[in-house]
Amino acid sequence: MSASHDVLLVGGGAAGLRAAIAVAEVDPGLRVAVVSKVYPMRSHTVSAEGGAAGVIADGDSLEEHAHDTVSGSDWLSDQDAVEAFVEEAPRELLRLEHWGCPWSREPDGHIAVRAFGGMKQMRTWFAADKTGFHMLHTLFQTSLKFDAVTRYDEWFVTRLLVDDGRVQGVVAIELASGRVEAITAKAVVLCNGGCGRVFPFTTNASINTGDGMALAWRAGVPLKDMEFVQYHPTGLPFTGILITEAARAEGGWLLNKDGYRYLQDYDLGKPDPLPVLRSMELGPRDRLSQAFVHEVEKGRVTDTPYGPVVHLDLRHLGAKLIDSKLPFVRELCLKYENIDPVKELVPVRPVVHYMMGGVHTDLNGATPLEGLYAAGEVACVSINGANRLGSNSLPECLVFGARAGRAAAGYARAAPEPGSAAQAQASDEQRRLGHDLLDKTDGREPISGLRHEMQQVMEDSAGIYRTGDSLAEGAGTLRDLQERFRSVAVDDHSRAFNTQMVAALELSNMLDVAEGIIGSALTREESRGAHQRTDFPARDDDRFLAHSLIYRGADGAHRVEYLPVALTRWPPGERVYGR
Amino acid sequence: MADTITLQVTRYRPEQDAEPTVQEYDVPLRKDWAVLDGLNHIRDHQDGTLAYRWSCRMGICGSCGMTVNGEPRLTCATFLTDYAPGPVRVEPLAGFPVIRDLIIDIGDFMRKLPTIKPWIVRDDDKPLSEGEYLQTPDQMDDYKKFSMCINCMLCYSACPVYAIDPDFIGPAAIALAQRYNLDSRDEGAEVRLDRLIHPDGIWGCTFVGECTRACPKGVDPAGAIQRYKLTAAVQSLKTFLLPRGAR
Repeated sequence: MSASHDVLLVGGGAAGLRAAIAVAEVDPGLRVAVVSKVYPMRSHTVSAEGGAAGVIADGDSLEEHAHDTVSGSDWLSDQDAVEAFVEEAPRELLRLEHWGCPWSREPDGHIAVRAFGGMKQMRTWFAADKTGFHMLHTLFQTSLKFDAVTRYDEWFVTRLLVDDGRVQGVVAIELASGRVEAITAKAVVLCNGGCGRVFPFTTNASINTGDGMALAWRAGVPLKDMEFVQYHPTGLPFTGILITEAARAEGGWLLNKDGYRYLQDYDLGKPDPLPVLRSMELGPRDRLSQAFVHEVEKGRVTDTPYGPVVHLDLRHLGAKLIDSKLPFVRELCLKYENIDPVKELVPVRPVVHYMMGGVHTDLNGATPLEGLYAAGEVACVSINGANRLGSNSLPECLVFGARAGRAAAGYARAAPEPGSAAQAQASDEQRRLGHDLLDKTDGREPISGLRHEMQQVMEDSAGIYRTGDSLAEGAGTLRDLQERFRSVAVDDHSRAFNTQMVAALELSNMLDVAEGIIGSALTREESRGAHQRTDFPARDDDRFLAHSLIYRGADGAHRVEYLPVALTRWPPGERVYGR
Repeated sequence: MADTITLQVTRYRPEQDAEPTVQEYDVPLRKDWAVLDGLNHIRDHQDGTLAYRWSCRMGICGSCGMTVNGEPRLTCATFLTDYAPGPVRVEPLAGFPVIRDLIIDIGDFMRKLPTIKPWIVRDDDKPLSEGEYLQTPDQMDDYKKFSMCINCMLCYSACPVYAIDPDFIGPAAIALAQRYNLDSRDEGAEVRLDRLIHPDGIWGCTFVGECTRACPKGVDPAGAIQRYKLTAAVQSLKTFLLPRGAR
């Protein structure tokens, strides 16, 4: 049987499209395809606001970007990966400029950069505060000029085809028709994003359900550092819509209910009217979100129907700066809160934003499973370690999307054709989807009820602060939810665009990912970055200067192993902000 | 304020319905709820079979366009209280084939988009080692507005020409062509000309301006079309009057 494609990208966001273009550029003869459950321009990259870090400014250096990233990660990033990342990021951002990305400019026409949290230099490229939107549309529109790129828009991948120890494609449902098909390929690159929807309150779009992580995990690939979930300090209450860190980089203040810049109480520096790099509001996200919890404990926050909030004060920046640098912030506040940040305080609270962990890969996006690659938020290389710095994720999609695309292209050129087992597996999957979901009439558990319970248990047991007890309880609840999912209720038996079936498949993915998060958090008996264990409050480099790798056995049981962090030039040290 | 509001939602399941029907649902009326929140409430608590697209719920992914009380809207950015006491009619975007319930087929736009070559066209791309193309903020302002299109299809739904002539290339595609034509880094205006001056290109537009009124992102496709008509008229004249090298 000959493969339908040489390289198949699963996901059409920044990482997937960059990878697709990389494949087409390596060898225009390769047949590359992008399969995504949404049209590419709907991918969650579109929601990224603040910017993309890459050293370009005078006085900046790769060394400093690397050090900021390593210390921001609480020394859990792999330093060889970070060095490759900081070196290649500026070139990737420049490539996007050549492809038409409307980066904000200096008056003389050069690329402008702005400050960002945890960064000691101004190095964040931005397109006002719609950076992800512009990057995604630039990549998508540029991808249209490559005839070699085939797209499967609105196809939902349900499993990886694995035979003879290597990946040979995927099984996917064409949503419009309900047709289930095998899409064979010599190499598959997972680029389908994060899993914020595992939690109840998140900046993430509805599509961010950890699909790629679950696909890989079920195929025996370990997930790495899954205990590290980033809470962004400034989300709008109720919706969870992100208010970009750029709002603070441009000079915004965080105030508690007394109008006090409370971050000064948390070893983040002294308040200055002007933004100071790596200080106060420009500290790293983990530390800022943790400070919020302490303010709640001290009773210094404002209660709202949607939970406690602090306030982001942008009033002193003025309408002119806000309209030129933060127009989307103003638009979102007006639309969703009926608040004008030019004149009023913006209520904000920490919100689940990003998954540092993901599918275990090497520097070229290769997973331990032959033929399978991953890049972007779904993957864990790791450059982000225990806490990602704002504006590192967009360039990560470009750098490692391109690397994974090139590596997959190289592999596919020499890889054998898929075996006949792939087709048999596809038939099995087709039967499973019918039997377990579409034709099932005896389910009792509503999807939304299970999803709500899962999200609540994740917040309660694996939130900003965790304990062994809370995590163990969460693990028990998740096992129960997994059991109940077996009798999930599906009342939509239609083949045409069955969104209820998709919701069930997504919930199944999220339940697996949730178990991966809790399982990894249970065994890491230390506090580092975004993983704060109140029963183990200190960082423990002797035991845990290592990545967790959680495996899932065929019986669903988990096993956690540790892989030492790659250190090159920056021995573990204290994270210092504001002093 | 009443505590619920009625949504009258169009249902269409091709395997069982000969034509669309309307189904009513009462949903909570809360001051911060968008129409999309009402639909999500239906799907989670009343009827899991209702099908519609949504993703970012912050007005940037372009998924959730529907017709609300007769107007094309992003349902994540259209609030229930604005329609109180209701009822609120929620229909699929007009002017498109319907796949199911509130889900339209946008394949036509996706096939037309590449034909206007929405990417930077240059005779020679300078090497990355030579850095960025300089572009002043004023130069960026020339095209910036047209780069804000989220492909949500509201302008196509509002366009009276597209409604009767499905071959019309449509407002968003023309705005995106202009987004590149007016970009100082681009040299592709000439290669886009043929497609745009085709009878189904800009000349199809009768300039009603509905597209600009419908656009949730201030892109102003009608302005793009008007401006391009002038460019195209001048360019066509040059094509007649000047030898190729001097165009």
